[in-house]
Amino acid sequence: MKKIPVDYEKIERSARMRMRTGKAVIYTLLSIWALIVLFPFYWMILTSVKTYSAYTSEYIPTFFTLAPTFQNYVDAFTSVPLADYFLNTVIFTVVTTAVMLIVTVLAAFAFSRLNFRGKDLLFAAFLALMMIPNELVIITNFVTITNLDLRNTFMGLILPSVTSVFYIYLLKENFSQIPDQLYYAAKVDGTSDFKYLRRVMIPICRPTLVTITILKVIECWNSYVWPRLITDNEAYFLVSNGIQTIRESGFGRENIPAMMAAVVAISVPLIVLFLIFRKQIMAGVARGGSKG
Amino acid sequence: MEKRSLKAWLYLLPAILFLGAFMVYPLIDVFIYSFEEGYNSAAQTFFGVGSYNYSYVLRDPYFLQALKNTFILVIITVPLSTGIALMISLGLNSIKPLKNLYQTVYFLPYVTNTLAVGLVFMILFKKTPYSDGMINLLINWFGGESVDFIDGPYWAKMFTLCVYTVWVVMPFKVLILTSALASVNQEYYSAAQIDGTSRFRIFRRITLPMISPTMFYLIITGFIGAFKAYSDAVALFGTDLNAAGMNTLVGYIYDMLYGNSGGYPSYASAAAIILFAIVLTITCINLMVSKKHVHY
Repeated sequence: MKKIPVDYEKIERSARMRMRTGKAVIYTLLSIWALIVLFPFYWMILTSVKTYSAYTSEYIPTFFTLAPTFQNYVDAFTSVPLADYFLNTVIFTVVTTAVMLIVTVLAAFAFSRLNFRGKDLLFAAFLALMMIPNELVIITNFVTITNLDLRNTFMGLILPSVTSVFYIYLLKENFSQIPDQLYYAAKVDGTSDFKYLRRVMIPICRPTLVTITILKVIECWNSYVWPRLITDNEAYFLVSNGIQTIRESGFGRENIPAMMAAVVAISVPLIVLFLIFRKQIMAGVARGGSKG
Repeated sequence: MEKRSLKAWLYLLPAILFLGAFMVYPLIDVFIYSFEEGYNSAAQTFFGVGSYNYSYVLRDPYFLQALKNTFILVIITVPLSTGIALMISLGLNSIKPLKNLYQTVYFLPYVTNTLAVGLVFMILFKKTPYSDGMINLLINWFGGESVDFIDGPYWAKMFTLCVYTVWVVMPFKVLILTSALASVNQEYYSAAQIDGTSRFRIFRRITLPMISPTMFYLIITGFIGAFKAYSDAVALFGTDLNAAGMNTLVGYIYDMLYGNSGGYPSYASAAAIILFAIVLTITCINLMVSKKHVHY
Protein backbone atom coordinates (compact mmCIF):
# COMPACT_ATOMS: atom_id res chain seq x y z
CA MET A 1 0.00 0.00 0.00
CA LYS A 2 1.28 3.33 -1.01
CA LYS A 3 1.44 6.05 1.57
CA ILE A 4 -0.37 9.21 0.54
CA PRO A 5 1.97 12.14 0.99
CA VAL A 6 0.46 14.73 3.29
CA ASP A 7 0.75 18.19 1.82
CA TYR A 8 0.94 20.25 4.99
CA GLU A 9 1.56 23.40 3.04
CA LYS A 10 -1.67 22.94 1.13
CA ILE A 11 -3.68 22.35 4.31
CA GLU A 12 -2.18 25.41 5.94
CA ARG A 13 -2.83 27.49 2.87
CA SER A 14 -6.47 26.49 2.69
CA ALA A 15 -6.88 27.17 6.41
CA ARG A 16 -5.37 30.62 5.89
CA MET A 17 -7.73 31.21 2.98
CA ARG A 18 -10.72 30.27 5.10
CA MET A 19 -9.57 32.60 7.86
CA ARG A 20 -9.15 35.41 5.37
CA THR A 21 -12.55 35.00 3.72
CA GLY A 22 -14.13 34.84 7.18
CA LYS A 23 -12.45 38.10 8.14
CA ALA A 24 -13.48 39.68 4.83
CA VAL A 25 -17.12 38.76 5.43
CA ILE A 26 -16.99 40.18 8.97
CA TYR A 27 -15.39 43.43 7.80
CA THR A 28 -17.95 43.80 5.01
CA LEU A 29 -20.90 43.34 7.37
CA LEU A 30 -19.42 45.71 9.94
CA SER A 31 -18.83 48.29 7.23
CA ILE A 32 -22.41 48.00 6.04
CA TRP A 33 -23.68 48.75 9.52
CA ALA A 34 -21.22 51.64 9.84
CA LEU A 35 -22.63 52.98 6.60
CA ILE A 36 -26.20 52.73 7.91
CA VAL A 37 -25.16 54.60 11.04
CA LEU A 38 -23.24 57.30 9.21
CA PHE A 39 -25.54 57.82 6.24
CA PRO A 40 -28.10 60.04 8.03
CA PHE A 41 -25.24 62.23 9.27
CA TYR A 42 -23.81 62.49 5.77
CA TRP A 43 -27.24 63.23 4.37
CA MET A 44 -27.96 66.04 6.80
CA ILE A 45 -24.63 67.73 6.15
CA LEU A 46 -25.03 67.28 2.39
CA THR A 47 -28.56 68.65 2.37
CA SER A 48 -27.58 71.58 4.56
CA VAL A 49 -25.10 72.86 1.97
CA LYS A 50 -27.40 72.49 -1.03
CA THR A 51 -29.27 75.57 -2.19
CA TYR A 52 -33.03 75.57 -1.75
CA SER A 53 -33.67 75.69 -5.49
CA ALA A 54 -31.16 72.91 -6.18
CA TYR A 55 -32.74 70.71 -3.52
CA THR A 56 -36.30 71.08 -4.75
CA SER A 57 -35.36 70.60 -8.40
CA GLU A 58 -33.75 67.21 -7.77
CA TYR A 59 -36.39 64.59 -8.41
CA ILE A 60 -33.71 61.96 -7.92
CA PRO A 61 -31.61 63.21 -4.99
CA THR A 62 -27.91 63.56 -5.80
CA PHE A 63 -25.30 62.11 -3.48
CA PHE A 64 -22.92 65.06 -3.65
CA THR A 65 -22.98 68.72 -4.50
CA LEU A 66 -20.50 70.69 -6.54
CA ALA A 67 -21.74 74.09 -5.41
CA PRO A 68 -21.88 74.06 -1.60
CA THR A 69 -23.45 77.08 0.04
CA PHE A 70 -23.46 78.32 3.61
CA GLN A 71 -26.52 80.48 3.07
CA ASN A 72 -28.67 77.89 4.87
CA TYR A 73 -26.65 78.31 8.06
CA VAL A 74 -27.10 82.06 7.84
CA ASP A 75 -30.85 81.52 7.35
CA ALA A 76 -31.02 79.10 10.24
CA PHE A 77 -29.60 81.68 12.62
CA THR A 78 -31.43 84.72 11.23
CA SER A 79 -34.93 83.77 10.10
CA VAL A 80 -35.69 81.61 13.17
CA PRO A 81 -34.47 82.31 16.72
CA LEU A 82 -32.05 79.36 16.72
CA ALA A 83 -29.42 81.38 18.60
CA ASP A 84 -31.95 82.00 21.41
CA TYR A 85 -32.76 78.28 21.59
CA PHE A 86 -29.04 77.61 21.88
CA LEU A 87 -28.58 80.16 24.63
CA ASN A 88 -31.56 78.76 26.57
CA THR A 89 -30.24 75.23 26.24
CA VAL A 90 -26.78 76.25 27.41
CA ILE A 91 -28.20 78.08 30.46
CA PHE A 92 -30.48 75.14 31.27
CA THR A 93 -27.69 72.58 30.84
CA VAL A 94 -25.06 74.46 32.85
CA VAL A 95 -27.31 75.34 35.79
CA THR A 96 -28.99 71.92 35.97
CA THR A 97 -25.67 70.08 35.82
CA ALA A 98 -24.03 72.37 38.39
CA VAL A 99 -26.88 72.03 40.91
CA MET A 100 -27.03 68.28 40.28
CA LEU A 101 -23.30 67.97 41.00
CA ILE A 102 -23.54 69.85 44.31
CA VAL A 103 -26.56 67.85 45.49
CA THR A 104 -25.02 64.57 44.38
CA VAL A 105 -21.58 65.16 45.95
CA LEU A 106 -23.07 66.20 49.29
CA ALA A 107 -25.44 63.24 49.44
CA ALA A 108 -22.82 60.72 48.30
CA PHE A 109 -20.43 62.07 50.92
CA ALA A 110 -23.00 61.65 53.69
CA PHE A 111 -23.79 58.10 52.61
CA SER A 112 -20.18 56.98 52.25
CA ARG A 113 -18.32 58.84 55.00
CA LEU A 114 -20.68 59.93 57.76
CA ASN A 115 -22.54 57.74 60.23
CA PHE A 116 -26.03 58.46 61.38
CA ARG A 117 -29.10 56.60 62.51
CA GLY A 118 -31.27 55.30 59.67
CA LYS A 119 -28.51 55.51 57.10
CA ASP A 120 -29.04 52.04 55.63
CA LEU A 121 -32.79 52.48 55.55
CA LEU A 122 -32.53 55.84 53.82
CA PHE A 123 -30.05 54.50 51.28
CA ALA A 124 -32.38 51.60 50.49
CA ALA A 125 -35.19 54.10 49.99
CA PHE A 126 -32.99 56.06 47.58
CA LEU A 127 -32.22 52.90 45.62
CA ALA A 128 -35.91 52.06 45.43
CA LEU A 129 -36.53 55.46 43.84
CA MET A 130 -34.26 54.48 40.95
CA MET A 131 -37.00 52.18 39.74
CA ILE A 132 -39.66 54.88 39.49
CA PRO A 133 -40.29 55.78 35.86
CA ASN A 134 -40.36 59.46 34.97
CA GLU A 135 -43.79 59.13 33.39
CA LEU A 136 -45.40 58.47 36.75
CA VAL A 137 -44.10 61.57 38.49
CA ILE A 138 -44.15 64.02 35.60
CA ILE A 139 -47.92 64.55 35.83
CA THR A 140 -47.85 65.90 39.38
CA ASN A 141 -44.67 67.84 38.67
CA PHE A 142 -46.47 69.51 35.80
CA VAL A 143 -49.35 70.47 38.09
CA THR A 144 -46.97 71.60 40.86
CA ILE A 145 -44.93 73.83 38.58
CA THR A 146 -48.09 75.25 37.02
CA ASN A 147 -49.57 76.05 40.43
CA LEU A 148 -46.33 77.70 41.53
CA ASP A 149 -46.63 79.94 38.46
CA LEU A 150 -43.26 78.73 37.24
CA ARG A 151 -44.30 77.84 33.69
CA ASN A 152 -42.11 79.52 31.09
CA THR A 153 -39.32 80.18 33.58
CA PHE A 154 -35.89 78.66 33.98
CA MET A 155 -36.77 77.72 37.56
CA GLY A 156 -39.63 75.59 36.30
CA LEU A 157 -37.44 73.96 33.71
CA ILE A 158 -34.54 73.24 36.04
CA LEU A 159 -36.00 72.25 39.43
CA PRO A 160 -37.51 68.84 38.54
CA SER A 161 -34.59 68.00 36.22
CA VAL A 162 -31.95 68.15 38.95
CA THR A 163 -32.50 64.88 40.80
CA SER A 164 -30.58 61.81 39.71
CA VAL A 165 -30.60 59.02 42.25
CA PHE A 166 -28.45 56.87 40.05
CA TYR A 167 -25.56 59.37 40.10
CA ILE A 168 -25.69 59.55 43.89
CA TYR A 169 -25.40 55.77 43.96
CA LEU A 170 -22.53 55.76 41.45
CA LEU A 171 -20.55 58.41 43.32
CA LYS A 172 -21.24 56.85 46.71
CA GLU A 173 -19.75 53.55 45.48
CA ASN A 174 -16.70 55.43 44.23
CA PHE A 175 -16.30 57.43 47.46
CA SER A 176 -16.51 54.24 49.51
CA GLN A 177 -13.43 52.85 47.77
CA ILE A 178 -11.21 55.53 49.28
CA PRO A 179 -9.31 53.93 52.18
CA ASP A 180 -10.46 54.94 55.69
CA GLN A 181 -6.87 55.57 56.75
CA LEU A 182 -6.81 58.74 54.67
CA TYR A 183 -9.81 60.03 56.59
CA TYR A 184 -8.32 59.22 59.99
CA ALA A 185 -5.03 60.84 59.01
CA ALA A 186 -6.89 63.95 57.95
CA LYS A 187 -8.86 63.92 61.22
CA VAL A 188 -5.64 63.69 63.24
CA ASP A 189 -4.40 66.73 61.37
CA GLY A 190 -7.59 68.52 62.37
CA THR A 191 -9.12 68.71 58.90
CA SER A 192 -12.83 69.37 58.83
CA ASP A 193 -15.18 67.00 57.03
CA PHE A 194 -16.00 69.54 54.38
CA LYS A 195 -12.36 70.33 53.72
CA TYR A 196 -11.60 66.60 53.49
CA LEU A 197 -14.37 66.22 50.93
CA ARG A 198 -13.11 69.15 48.90
CA ARG A 199 -9.37 68.49 49.12
CA VAL A 200 -9.19 64.69 49.12
CA MET A 201 -12.35 62.93 47.98
CA ILE A 202 -13.28 65.10 45.02
CA PRO A 203 -9.79 65.07 43.46
CA ILE A 204 -9.50 61.28 43.89
CA CYS A 205 -12.90 60.67 42.29
CA ARG A 206 -12.53 63.19 39.51
CA PRO A 207 -12.96 60.59 36.69
CA THR A 208 -16.36 59.55 38.04
CA LEU A 209 -17.38 63.18 38.46
CA VAL A 210 -16.36 63.92 34.86
CA THR A 211 -18.41 60.94 33.66
CA ILE A 212 -21.47 62.02 35.63
CA THR A 213 -21.15 65.57 34.35
CA ILE A 214 -20.91 64.53 30.72
CA LEU A 215 -23.84 62.10 30.96
CA LYS A 216 -25.96 64.81 32.57
CA VAL A 217 -24.96 67.32 29.89
CA ILE A 218 -26.02 64.89 27.14
CA GLU A 219 -29.29 64.27 28.96
CA CYS A 220 -29.98 68.00 29.35
CA TRP A 221 -29.05 68.87 25.79
CA ASN A 222 -31.44 66.27 24.43
CA SER A 223 -34.30 66.67 26.89
CA TYR A 224 -37.59 67.19 25.16
CA VAL A 225 -40.60 66.02 27.14
CA TRP A 226 -40.35 68.20 30.24
CA PRO A 227 -39.42 71.40 28.35
CA ARG A 228 -42.29 70.80 25.97
CA LEU A 229 -44.78 70.46 28.82
CA ILE A 230 -43.55 73.43 30.77
CA THR A 231 -42.85 76.02 28.07
CA ASP A 232 -45.17 77.33 25.42
CA ASN A 233 -43.48 80.70 25.12
CA GLU A 234 -40.87 80.52 22.39
CA ALA A 235 -38.52 82.74 24.40
CA TYR A 236 -37.88 79.73 26.70
CA PHE A 237 -37.66 76.96 24.12
CA LEU A 238 -34.70 74.58 24.21
CA VAL A 239 -33.17 73.20 21.02
CA SER A 240 -35.39 70.08 20.94
CA ASN A 241 -38.58 72.13 21.09
CA GLY A 242 -37.03 74.68 18.78
CA ILE A 243 -36.34 72.14 16.08
CA GLN A 244 -39.88 70.83 16.41
CA THR A 245 -41.25 74.36 15.96
CA ILE A 246 -38.96 74.91 13.00
CA ARG A 247 -40.30 71.70 11.49
CA GLU A 248 -43.91 72.69 11.99
CA SER A 249 -43.85 76.40 11.19
CA GLY A 250 -40.37 77.78 10.54
CA PHE A 251 -38.84 78.44 7.11
CA GLY A 252 -42.25 78.11 5.47
CA ARG A 253 -42.15 74.36 6.28
CA GLU A 254 -40.64 73.31 2.98
CA ASN A 255 -37.15 74.80 3.19
CA ILE A 256 -35.53 71.53 4.09
CA PRO A 257 -31.90 72.61 3.48
CA ALA A 258 -32.25 75.38 6.08
CA MET A 259 -33.92 72.91 8.45
CA MET A 260 -30.99 70.52 8.01
CA ALA A 261 -28.55 73.36 8.71
CA ALA A 262 -30.35 73.84 12.04
CA VAL A 263 -30.14 70.09 12.70
CA VAL A 264 -26.38 70.10 12.03
CA ALA A 265 -25.91 73.12 14.30
CA ILE A 266 -27.78 71.33 17.11
CA SER A 267 -25.92 68.05 16.66
CA VAL A 268 -22.37 69.40 16.40
CA PRO A 269 -21.77 70.42 20.06
CA LEU A 270 -22.53 66.96 21.42
CA ILE A 271 -20.60 65.17 18.70
CA VAL A 272 -17.55 67.33 19.44
CA LEU A 273 -17.97 66.65 23.16
CA PHE A 274 -18.19 62.92 22.39
CA LEU A 275 -15.06 62.90 20.24
CA ILE A 276 -13.10 64.67 23.02
CA PHE A 277 -14.35 62.52 25.92
CA ARG A 278 -14.96 59.31 23.95
CA LYS A 279 -13.44 56.95 26.54
CA GLN A 280 -15.15 58.48 29.59
CA ILE A 281 -18.53 58.66 27.88
CA MET A 282 -18.48 55.07 26.66
CA ALA A 283 -17.22 53.75 30.00
CA GLY A 284 -19.83 55.81 31.82
CA VAL A 285 -22.70 54.61 29.66
CA ALA A 286 -21.51 51.01 29.97
CA ARG A 287 -21.65 51.40 33.76
CA GLY A 288 -25.04 52.87 34.02
CA GLY A 289 -26.47 54.75 31.12
CA SER A 290 -29.65 53.68 29.48
CA LYS A 291 -31.70 54.73 26.50
CA GLY A 292 -32.31 51.39 24.99
CA MET B 1 -22.91 61.70 68.44
CA GLU B 2 -26.09 63.75 68.03
CA LYS B 3 -24.11 66.57 66.46
CA ARG B 4 -22.57 64.24 63.89
CA SER B 5 -25.98 62.88 63.00
CA LEU B 6 -27.30 66.39 62.48
CA LYS B 7 -24.40 67.17 60.18
CA ALA B 8 -25.09 64.12 58.02
CA TRP B 9 -28.71 65.11 57.59
CA LEU B 10 -27.54 68.59 56.64
CA TYR B 11 -25.41 67.13 53.84
CA LEU B 12 -28.39 65.06 52.70
CA LEU B 13 -30.89 67.88 52.95
CA PRO B 14 -30.70 69.15 49.34
CA ALA B 15 -31.07 65.65 47.89
CA ILE B 16 -33.98 64.84 50.22
CA LEU B 17 -35.74 68.10 49.39
CA PHE B 18 -35.43 67.62 45.65
CA LEU B 19 -36.39 63.95 45.73
CA GLY B 20 -39.22 64.54 48.14
CA ALA B 21 -40.76 67.37 46.16
CA PHE B 22 -40.29 65.95 42.68
CA MET B 23 -40.35 62.18 43.13
CA VAL B 24 -41.88 60.92 46.37
CA TYR B 25 -44.75 63.38 46.61
CA PRO B 26 -45.69 63.03 42.91
CA LEU B 27 -45.57 59.26 43.22
CA ILE B 28 -48.23 59.32 45.94
CA ASP B 29 -50.16 62.06 44.24
CA VAL B 30 -50.45 60.28 40.90
CA PHE B 31 -52.43 57.47 42.54
CA ILE B 32 -54.74 59.98 44.20
CA TYR B 33 -55.29 61.83 40.93
CA SER B 34 -56.12 58.64 39.11
CA PHE B 35 -59.07 57.97 41.44
CA GLU B 36 -60.47 61.50 41.53
CA GLU B 37 -63.37 61.67 39.12
CA GLY B 38 -64.18 64.76 37.11
CA TYR B 39 -61.10 66.64 38.27
CA ASN B 40 -61.01 70.21 37.02
CA SER B 41 -57.47 71.52 36.79
CA ALA B 42 -58.54 75.18 36.75
CA ALA B 43 -60.77 75.04 39.83
CA GLN B 44 -58.95 72.08 41.43
CA THR B 45 -62.18 70.38 42.38
CA PHE B 46 -63.56 66.89 41.77
CA PHE B 47 -66.94 65.14 42.12
CA GLY B 48 -66.11 61.81 43.59
CA VAL B 49 -63.73 58.93 44.05
CA GLY B 50 -63.77 55.80 41.95
CA SER B 51 -62.38 53.95 38.99
CA TYR B 52 -64.16 55.98 36.31
CA ASN B 53 -60.86 57.42 34.99
CA TYR B 54 -59.54 53.94 34.33
CA SER B 55 -62.64 52.78 32.50
CA TYR B 56 -62.70 56.01 30.46
CA VAL B 57 -59.07 55.56 29.41
CA LEU B 58 -59.53 51.88 28.60
CA ARG B 59 -62.47 52.71 26.33
CA ASP B 60 -60.83 55.70 24.64
CA PRO B 61 -60.10 54.76 20.97
CA TYR B 62 -56.97 56.93 21.04
CA PHE B 63 -55.67 54.96 24.01
CA LEU B 64 -56.39 51.65 22.29
CA GLN B 65 -54.60 52.90 19.17
CA ALA B 66 -51.63 53.96 21.29
CA LEU B 67 -51.64 50.59 23.07
CA LYS B 68 -51.63 48.73 19.75
CA ASN B 69 -48.86 50.90 18.29
CA THR B 70 -46.70 50.49 21.37
CA PHE B 71 -47.12 46.72 21.47
CA ILE B 72 -46.26 46.35 17.77
CA LEU B 73 -43.22 48.57 18.24
CA VAL B 74 -42.04 46.57 21.27
CA ILE B 75 -42.57 43.17 19.65
CA ILE B 76 -40.69 44.13 16.50
CA THR B 77 -37.84 46.31 17.75
CA VAL B 78 -36.73 44.52 20.93
CA PRO B 79 -35.84 41.14 19.34
CA LEU B 80 -34.60 42.77 16.15
CA SER B 81 -32.28 45.27 17.82
CA THR B 82 -30.97 42.72 20.33
CA GLY B 83 -30.29 40.21 17.55
CA ILE B 84 -28.51 42.66 15.28
CA ALA B 85 -26.54 44.04 18.24
CA LEU B 86 -25.40 40.52 19.11
CA MET B 87 -24.22 39.89 15.55
CA ILE B 88 -22.39 43.20 15.37
CA SER B 89 -20.73 42.65 18.75
CA LEU B 90 -19.60 39.15 17.76
CA GLY B 91 -18.12 40.63 14.60
CA LEU B 92 -16.46 43.47 16.50
CA ASN B 93 -14.98 41.06 19.00
CA SER B 94 -13.32 38.92 16.34
CA ILE B 95 -11.32 41.70 14.73
CA LYS B 96 -8.38 43.78 15.92
CA PRO B 97 -7.49 46.49 13.40
CA LEU B 98 -10.08 49.28 13.08
CA LYS B 99 -12.06 47.93 16.05
CA ASN B 100 -11.88 51.27 17.88
CA LEU B 101 -12.98 53.17 14.81
CA TYR B 102 -16.02 50.94 14.29
CA GLN B 103 -16.93 51.20 17.97
CA THR B 104 -16.75 54.98 17.86
CA VAL B 105 -18.91 55.14 14.75
CA TYR B 106 -21.49 52.75 16.16
CA PHE B 107 -21.80 54.84 19.29
CA LEU B 108 -22.51 58.13 17.50
CA PRO B 109 -26.34 57.90 17.51
CA TYR B 110 -26.27 57.80 21.32
CA VAL B 111 -25.01 61.37 21.58
CA THR B 112 -27.35 62.88 19.02
CA ASN B 113 -30.56 64.73 19.66
CA THR B 114 -33.43 62.32 18.94
CA LEU B 115 -35.68 65.11 17.69
CA ALA B 116 -33.08 66.60 15.37
CA VAL B 117 -31.85 63.40 13.75
CA GLY B 118 -35.44 62.21 13.46
CA LEU B 119 -35.95 65.02 10.97
CA VAL B 120 -33.20 63.55 8.80
CA PHE B 121 -35.00 60.21 8.82
CA MET B 122 -38.20 62.03 7.94
CA ILE B 123 -36.70 63.59 4.81
CA LEU B 124 -35.05 60.28 3.87
CA PHE B 125 -38.41 58.50 4.00
CA LYS B 126 -40.79 61.28 3.01
CA LYS B 127 -42.49 61.49 -0.36
CA THR B 128 -42.91 65.09 -1.50
CA PRO B 129 -44.34 66.62 -4.69
CA TYR B 130 -40.85 67.30 -6.04
CA SER B 131 -39.09 64.11 -4.96
CA ASP B 132 -39.94 60.63 -3.76
CA GLY B 133 -37.05 60.72 -1.31
CA MET B 134 -33.96 58.66 -0.76
CA ILE B 135 -35.53 55.42 0.48
CA ASN B 136 -38.08 55.33 -2.33
CA LEU B 137 -35.22 55.81 -4.79
CA LEU B 138 -33.64 52.64 -3.39
CA ILE B 139 -36.97 50.82 -3.65
CA ASN B 140 -37.37 51.96 -7.25
CA TRP B 141 -33.87 50.68 -8.07
CA PHE B 142 -34.98 47.23 -6.97
CA GLY B 143 -38.13 47.56 -9.07
CA GLY B 144 -40.59 48.49 -6.32
CA GLU B 145 -43.30 51.12 -6.15
CA SER B 146 -42.84 54.34 -4.18
CA VAL B 147 -44.60 54.48 -0.82
CA ASP B 148 -45.17 57.50 1.41
CA PHE B 149 -43.54 56.37 4.63
CA ILE B 150 -44.52 59.46 6.64
CA ASP B 151 -48.12 60.23 5.63
CA GLY B 152 -48.98 56.99 3.87
CA PRO B 153 -50.41 53.62 4.93
CA TYR B 154 -50.20 52.42 8.52
CA TRP B 155 -47.68 49.63 7.92
CA ALA B 156 -45.32 52.04 6.14
CA LYS B 157 -45.41 54.50 9.04
CA MET B 158 -44.87 51.69 11.53
CA PHE B 159 -41.93 50.46 9.45
CA THR B 160 -40.31 53.90 9.55
CA LEU B 161 -40.82 54.16 13.31
CA CYS B 162 -39.29 50.71 13.85
CA VAL B 163 -36.27 51.50 11.66
CA TYR B 164 -35.62 54.74 13.51
CA THR B 165 -36.11 53.13 16.92
CA VAL B 166 -33.64 50.35 16.11
CA TRP B 167 -31.13 52.93 14.83
CA VAL B 168 -31.48 54.91 18.07
CA VAL B 169 -31.23 52.03 20.58
CA MET B 170 -28.42 50.15 18.86
CA PRO B 171 -25.39 52.05 20.30
CA PHE B 172 -26.26 51.18 23.89
CA LYS B 173 -26.77 47.50 23.12
CA VAL B 174 -23.64 47.13 21.02
CA LEU B 175 -21.56 48.83 23.71
CA ILE B 176 -22.86 46.63 26.52
CA LEU B 177 -22.63 43.39 24.52
CA THR B 178 -19.14 44.12 23.23
CA SER B 179 -17.80 44.61 26.73
CA ALA B 180 -19.62 41.47 27.93
CA LEU B 181 -18.11 39.40 25.12
CA ALA B 182 -14.64 40.79 25.79
CA SER B 183 -14.84 39.74 29.43
CA VAL B 184 -15.49 36.05 28.68
CA ASN B 185 -12.50 34.04 29.90
CA GLN B 186 -10.39 33.15 26.84
CA GLU B 187 -9.31 29.83 28.37
CA TYR B 188 -12.75 28.34 27.65
CA TYR B 189 -12.26 29.05 23.97
CA SER B 190 -8.75 27.59 23.96
CA ALA B 191 -10.01 24.42 25.62
CA ALA B 192 -12.84 24.10 23.10
CA GLN B 193 -10.44 24.65 20.23
CA ILE B 194 -8.15 21.87 21.40
CA ASP B 195 -11.17 19.56 21.50
CA GLY B 196 -11.98 20.55 17.94
CA THR B 197 -15.39 21.97 18.81
CA SER B 198 -17.24 23.54 15.90
CA ARG B 199 -17.74 27.29 15.83
CA PHE B 200 -21.50 27.09 16.17
CA ARG B 201 -21.20 24.74 19.14
CA ILE B 202 -18.70 27.07 20.81
CA PHE B 203 -21.17 29.90 20.38
CA ARG B 204 -24.12 27.90 21.75
CA ARG B 205 -22.33 26.17 24.59
CA ILE B 206 -19.79 28.79 25.75
CA THR B 207 -20.48 32.29 24.47
CA LEU B 208 -24.23 32.37 24.89
CA PRO B 209 -24.32 30.98 28.46
CA MET B 210 -21.48 33.30 29.50
CA ILE B 211 -23.21 36.43 28.24
CA SER B 212 -26.74 35.35 29.12
CA PRO B 213 -27.01 37.71 32.14
CA THR B 214 -26.09 40.63 29.88
CA MET B 215 -28.55 39.48 27.22
CA PHE B 216 -31.37 39.41 29.73
CA TYR B 217 -30.37 42.77 31.13
CA LEU B 218 -30.56 44.18 27.59
CA ILE B 219 -33.88 42.52 26.87
CA ILE B 220 -35.42 43.86 30.09
CA THR B 221 -34.12 47.42 29.57
CA GLY B 222 -35.09 47.11 25.91
CA PHE B 223 -38.69 46.25 26.80
CA ILE B 224 -38.89 49.09 29.31
CA GLY B 225 -37.36 51.56 26.87
CA ALA B 226 -39.58 50.53 23.96
CA PHE B 227 -42.72 50.79 26.08
CA LYS B 228 -41.74 54.39 26.79
CA ALA B 229 -41.20 55.30 23.14
CA TYR B 230 -42.36 58.80 22.41
CA SER B 231 -39.86 61.36 21.14
CA ASP B 232 -38.87 59.14 18.18
CA ALA B 233 -42.48 59.19 17.02
CA VAL B 234 -42.74 62.97 17.51
CA ALA B 235 -39.57 63.49 15.50
CA LEU B 236 -40.96 61.51 12.56
CA PHE B 237 -44.67 62.37 12.57
CA GLY B 238 -44.94 65.72 14.37
CA THR B 239 -46.54 66.63 17.69
CA ASP B 240 -50.11 65.69 16.71
CA LEU B 241 -49.59 61.95 16.95
CA ASN B 242 -53.27 61.13 17.39
CA ALA B 243 -54.06 62.64 13.99
CA ALA B 244 -51.25 60.63 12.41
CA GLY B 245 -52.56 57.50 14.14
CA MET B 246 -49.06 56.87 15.47
CA ASN B 247 -49.45 57.79 19.12
CA THR B 248 -47.69 55.78 21.82
CA LEU B 249 -48.71 55.15 25.43
CA VAL B 250 -46.39 57.82 26.76
CA GLY B 251 -47.57 60.18 24.03
CA TYR B 252 -51.16 59.56 25.11
CA ILE B 253 -50.28 60.48 28.70
CA TYR B 254 -48.67 63.76 27.65
CA ASP B 255 -51.48 64.62 25.24
CA MET B 256 -53.98 64.14 28.06
CA LEU B 257 -51.94 66.46 30.24
CA TYR B 258 -51.17 69.22 27.85
CA GLY B 259 -51.65 70.33 24.29
CA ASN B 260 -54.77 70.57 22.16
CA SER B 261 -56.52 67.66 23.88
CA GLY B 262 -54.96 68.29 27.29
CA GLY B 263 -56.12 69.47 30.69
CA TYR B 264 -57.03 66.06 32.13
CA PRO B 265 -54.41 65.10 34.73
CA SER B 266 -56.75 62.41 36.10
CA TYR B 267 -56.94 60.56 32.79
CA ALA B 268 -53.20 61.04 32.33
CA SER B 269 -52.55 59.56 35.78
CA ALA B 270 -54.77 56.56 35.12
CA ALA B 271 -52.99 55.96 31.80
CA ALA B 272 -49.58 56.32 33.46
CA ILE B 273 -50.49 53.76 36.11
CA ILE B 274 -51.78 51.36 33.45
CA LEU B 275 -48.49 51.79 31.58
CA PHE B 276 -46.53 51.19 34.77
CA ALA B 277 -48.55 48.04 35.48
CA ILE B 278 -47.87 46.70 31.97
CA VAL B 279 -44.14 47.38 32.24
CA LEU B 280 -43.98 45.84 35.69
CA THR B 281 -45.80 42.70 34.51
CA ILE B 282 -43.54 42.26 31.49
CA THR B 283 -40.44 42.80 33.62
CA CYS B 284 -41.61 40.19 36.12
CA ILE B 285 -42.28 37.69 33.31
CA ASN B 286 -38.82 38.42 31.93
CA LEU B 287 -37.23 37.85 35.32
CA MET B 288 -39.09 34.57 35.76
CA VAL B 289 -37.97 33.35 32.32
CA SER B 290 -34.42 34.48 32.99
CA LYS B 291 -34.27 32.45 36.24
CA LYS B 292 -34.62 29.36 34.07
CA HIS B 293 -32.18 30.24 31.33
CA VAL B 294 -29.56 32.55 32.74
CA HIS B 295 -26.32 31.11 34.08
CA TYR B 296 -24.71 33.29 36.69
